[in-house]
Amino acid sequence: MYKTTPFHERLSELNTQGLYTHWQAHLSPLRYSHAPKHEYFAVRNSVGVFDTSPLFKYRITGPDAERLLAGVLTRDIRSCRPGQAHYTLWCDDRGFVMEDGVVFRHSDDDFLLTAARPNLGWFGDHGRRLRVEIEDVSDDYGILAVQGPRSARVLESLAPEVHGLGFFAHTQVKIADTEVTLSRTGYTGDLGYEVTVPSDRALDVLDAVLDAGNGHGMRPFGEEALMMLRIEAGLPLVDIEWQSARTAFTDDQRVTPKELGLGWMLRGVRDGDRAFVGGTAIRRELVEGTSRWASVGIVVDWHDWDHLHRDAGVFPPKNEHPLSYESMLYDATGDALVGYATSFMYSPVLQRHLGLARVRPELAPTKERPGADVRLEISLLHRTTTVAATTTRSAHFDPPRKTARTGES
Amino acid sequence: MGLDKLDRHWDAIVVGGGHNGLTNAAYLAKAGLRTLVLERRHLVGGAAITEELLPGFSFTTFSYALSLLRPDIIHELNLVEHGFMPLMMPSSFHPTGDGDYLLLGDDHGQNLQEIRRHSAHDADAYDRYHHDLDRVCQAIRPLFDNAPPDIFGKDPEDQADVKWLLDHLGGVERNVMHDAVRLLTGSAADWLDDYFEHEAVKGFHASSSIIGSKVGPMSPGSGLVLLFHKMGEHDGHLGSWAFHKGGNGGFTQVLARAAEAFGAEIRLESPVTAVLQEDGKAVGVALEDGTEFHAPVVVSALDPRRTFLDLVDPRSLPGDLVDNVERMKFRGVSAKVNFALDGLPVFPALPPRPDGGGVDHYGGFLNIGPTIEYVEKAFDAAKYGWYSERPFIDAAIQSVVDPDMAPPGKHVMSCFVQYAPYELRGSDWETERDAFGDKAQAVLEDHFPGFGQLVLHREVVTPVDIERHTGLTEGNIFAGEFLAPQMYFFRPAPGWSRYATPIDGYYQCGSGTHPGGCVIGSPGRLASQRILRDLKG
Repeated sequence: MYKTTPFHERLSELNTQGLYTHWQAHLSPLRYSHAPKHEYFAVRNSVGVFDTSPLFKYRITGPDAERLLAGVLTRDIRSCRPGQAHYTLWCDDRGFVMEDGVVFRHSDDDFLLTAARPNLGWFGDHGRRLRVEIEDVSDDYGILAVQGPRSARVLESLAPEVHGLGFFAHTQVKIADTEVTLSRTGYTGDLGYEVTVPSDRALDVLDAVLDAGNGHGMRPFGEEALMMLRIEAGLPLVDIEWQSARTAFTDDQRVTPKELGLGWMLRGVRDGDRAFVGGTAIRRELVEGTSRWASVGIVVDWHDWDHLHRDAGVFPPKNEHPLSYESMLYDATGDALVGYATSFMYSPVLQRHLGLARVRPELAPTKERPGADVRLEISLLHRTTTVAATTTRSAHFDPPRKTARTGES
Repeated sequence: MGLDKLDRHWDAIVVGGGHNGLTNAAYLAKAGLRTLVLERRHLVGGAAITEELLPGFSFTTFSYALSLLRPDIIHELNLVEHGFMPLMMPSSFHPTGDGDYLLLGDDHGQNLQEIRRHSAHDADAYDRYHHDLDRVCQAIRPLFDNAPPDIFGKDPEDQADVKWLLDHLGGVERNVMHDAVRLLTGSAADWLDDYFEHEAVKGFHASSSIIGSKVGPMSPGSGLVLLFHKMGEHDGHLGSWAFHKGGNGGFTQVLARAAEAFGAEIRLESPVTAVLQEDGKAVGVALEDGTEFHAPVVVSALDPRRTFLDLVDPRSLPGDLVDNVERMKFRGVSAKVNFALDGLPVFPALPPRPDGGGVDHYGGFLNIGPTIEYVEKAFDAAKYGWYSERPFIDAAIQSVVDPDMAPPGKHVMSCFVQYAPYELRGSDWETERDAFGDKAQAVLEDHFPGFGQLVLHREVVTPVDIERHTGLTEGNIFAGEFLAPQMYFFRPAPGWSRYATPIDGYYQCGSGTHPGGCVIGSPGRLASQRILRDLKG
């Protein structure tokens, strides 16, 4: 039996399409309108709202809460002050990524962790001998993402505190007479916020946000638009960019944090002595340089794409809907397999076919070295062929407003 | 002195900072030429400008949407880096004149059901129609994106070009070729009759057959206009339109930044009055105030009348060229009536819901021309030197797609209105301005009762205004009408369709050259290729 989110009652009234998927058994709209691309543009040019409530939420409290999280999360939680949040990973004991989530630190001993999959048991096991309480509060809260260049302007009328909020900071505010957590977080790569609200007050808060967005071109967006946004932003997704180490059968299915392009989370790990699950293996990988892959972006050569299709007598497709399968990457000669693309789409904002990919480390761009020429396998008229592409950093779209200070607009 | 000399001497001078002039300058600068753009007005963009006429309200004074811009230009000039942002216009809304409407969006199945609601017959005709049209577009695209071969030329290169063309045409399927000829020579009404039975479905598709042209949908030649407008391929969809962030003025600002990034210099308020010549060669230009700039390459981005009759002494040109340019048809028939609105208009069959939900019908064009007969009757007046009693209107409430165009809750509505002939019989546009604006507004009032109460500001842009502000002769938005004898080999004149002129070093890159007009950029791009090839020798 499926569930609905705390916002569903109202958001479903705004849905003209009746197209839903199941996200962790919750009804989740693929789109609200006939044009998911229009929803995507709301986020890139004005503001959109997304119901991200189906995420699992765990409240972790007690004197040893920080100790627990420092020992299981890959990124050092001790550097996260109250009022801040971390995007983080947790790995298995061999240093392979299991899952990701965002942890909000409310005080020294009070955290809220979001996760894409159930994780209470795993965290609980690791907390056995600690003075810590882990509570599954998944159904107690709805989370409404308010994303896009106008998000701060829309929210300022409800919560002026929005303007003091730095990237990945959060604070308690009152919206519609309800205490909510307002965080500068999201999954779109744009300026954006999330409102975490007690489920029984979700509709009132949603109504207040929708009211505030009136006249600002605000519209709800569904999973299709979200996929476009997160691929442009280079944000990986479990089960697409990687498989949880927990459910993988072989190490070829597994990736390490560095291989996933999240090496920046490992600050202090190489030379530090923090004990955390997977830490020994990760430290060894960093010291010995044994990473098998680098995660990168790929950008297709527009001219090659165009000609390949026109020469075949078909109109060059520019489809903003992401491909649902992996395709192979070859070196510039087209002979040697050097990686694979995990996500691929046409970006209307960047006017390019682009994707996220995993390649041999030497093909990744660095500060000193531009991206490498590769060839992406595509299917054309029932045959496979390849099209020229270049490796890039994975955040294709990364506007300064995402992290900039916001002011009165 | 040295600095002054640099300031006066350039590798190339482009006259006119419209979108083709800027495109041309960007390519020339990218190729390493020190390029100067001279623009008469206080802003670049020509007919593609956005102006804040009322605080917080941005008006697309003239040109108002984007489709035909060639994808090559977006990439070759790195426009995305400079802010290129074509926003999706997700729907087309066509009131059918009887209180009902046709609303098409991005979901193909839903579109077919919407057509079926009016005519079951026309639902599958819709697919057949678009497929046939797409195939014609695909067949003629190479002609569109290359300079026309010189069929009058005798040298081997010309003959190779002609052979390329014939080979290409020879490869086109016979039915596609026949469709192409039917479109290029026939009327939109005849073409549409072969597919559709429902008057409103026909009316909807006929709207693009008359834009900017002194034709009605029943006139031969309207098929050509329809086909031209289908050649746009925004985001890989033939005939699809976008609204550039900030309007087409936002787009030309992007172009200007790109041109400057390649090293071009743009000077505003610098009206060029003459191209300077020595020994039959262009050597520079003179401004109204007498200032002279020198360059071995001078490119006119103005229309053919100004390029050949104003900037140079026509007596120095071949007589047949002058004759052809003199008799070229420019008869502008288009006007704009732009509104600042206090809120969204209400279409009675689709009342707004208090929660803002429901059908979203204002995301794209609002097509006010219910049937072919309606539009043809609107055209009738123009034949006899008068404006339509009940005009055709191609409207867009642009602040719905780009909220930055108006303050929150307020809106701007661009209305492209036909017919409004440049020359009025027995009156003039200064006299008729308000009466004409009233006619357009009355039509809107009929479809959207209460419209008048929403109007905060109204701007009427007559064909004479278009001519005065943009320099487009007789206010023709395409810099020369889309008539078969004024296209391809013959645009702007037989023998001069390849961007050169009879004067060495003097080139043309405006919308009056192939494959202009519309905001397409190709004339600017193809002219730059010609210039660079000539410079190589």
